[in-house]
Amino acid sequence: MIAATIPDLAVFFVGAAIIVVGALGVILAKNPVHAALSLVMTLFGIAVLFIEEQANFLAAVQIIVYAGAIVVLFLFVIMFLGVDKAEDITTEPIVGQRPIAAIVVAALMASIVALGQLGHWMVGTHASTTATTGNDVADLGRSVFTTYLFAFEATAALLVIAVVGAVVLARRVSPDELSTDEPEVAQVPEDLGATMTAGEVEQ
Amino acid sequence: MSVNPSWFLILSALLFSIGAFGLLIRRNVLVMFMCVELMLNAANLSFVTFSRMLGDIGGQATVFFVLVVAAAEVVVGLGLVVAIFRRRHHAVVDDLSSMKG
Repeated sequence: MIAATIPDLAVFFVGAAIIVVGALGVILAKNPVHAALSLVMTLFGIAVLFIEEQANFLAAVQIIVYAGAIVVLFLFVIMFLGVDKAEDITTEPIVGQRPIAAIVVAALMASIVALGQLGHWMVGTHASTTATTGNDVADLGRSVFTTYLFAFEATAALLVIAVVGAVVLARRVSPDELSTDEPEVAQVPEDLGATMTAGEVEQ
Repeated sequence: MSVNPSWFLILSALLFSIGAFGLLIRRNVLVMFMCVELMLNAANLSFVTFSRMLGDIGGQATVFFVLVVAAAEVVVGLGLVVAIFRRRHHAVVDDLSSMKG
């Protein structure tokens, strides 16, 4: 292995710092909009590290699909539902939940790192399906349309199912379709009318 | 190119842990979804690192499929959040204890 050069190390550490700061921003931000913007920061950091690892196509897809589509969808839903208010995260809903969560997660992290350091699950010859040639776009395209062709076609079906599912879920429910034994529907506040009207306008 | 792959794997484990911690402590469904995205990205980073370590494009192809599944998951998940919000006017998981209706 060639020794790491200074620019490589600099890119890695800058990318790692961006990722960790963004991730902490996601879990600590009071406002969901700020959490979504921190998520964009993390996704950009991941894209930087993808480029560092010669996965240029995935870096571009990461920006376009994640930062461009998924986070915009998040922001759209946050704004649409009007939940962009600061949330009180200082109180614990369940007593002792956070210390327990911290212990569980520390144990998780320790076991992952220990597995990587001590495990012997990466020995012998690996079942290489498609060796890399240095041109990641050509390699990826070739393997997706040959080795992983069935999986690729299955993703097309999955996306169609997801779109149909989203349309069914987001469809406006007519009042007589709601079951009357649901207590929370019986006491609908005034602002539901506004939400429904917004839904109608969208249709 | 030649930064030690172990560092990428440790960073990936750290990112996964942060995402898991957020998933455990937050109560807002949307923020919990974002934490799931963090965990998926941590896994993607591991896949790309292994792809480079082993000289096998299969890891990158897997990341490609993970991206598709993540997009589908977010679409359906946010559809569910919108549907829940229409009925209950908040998106706090503690209040979603009933499976009925």
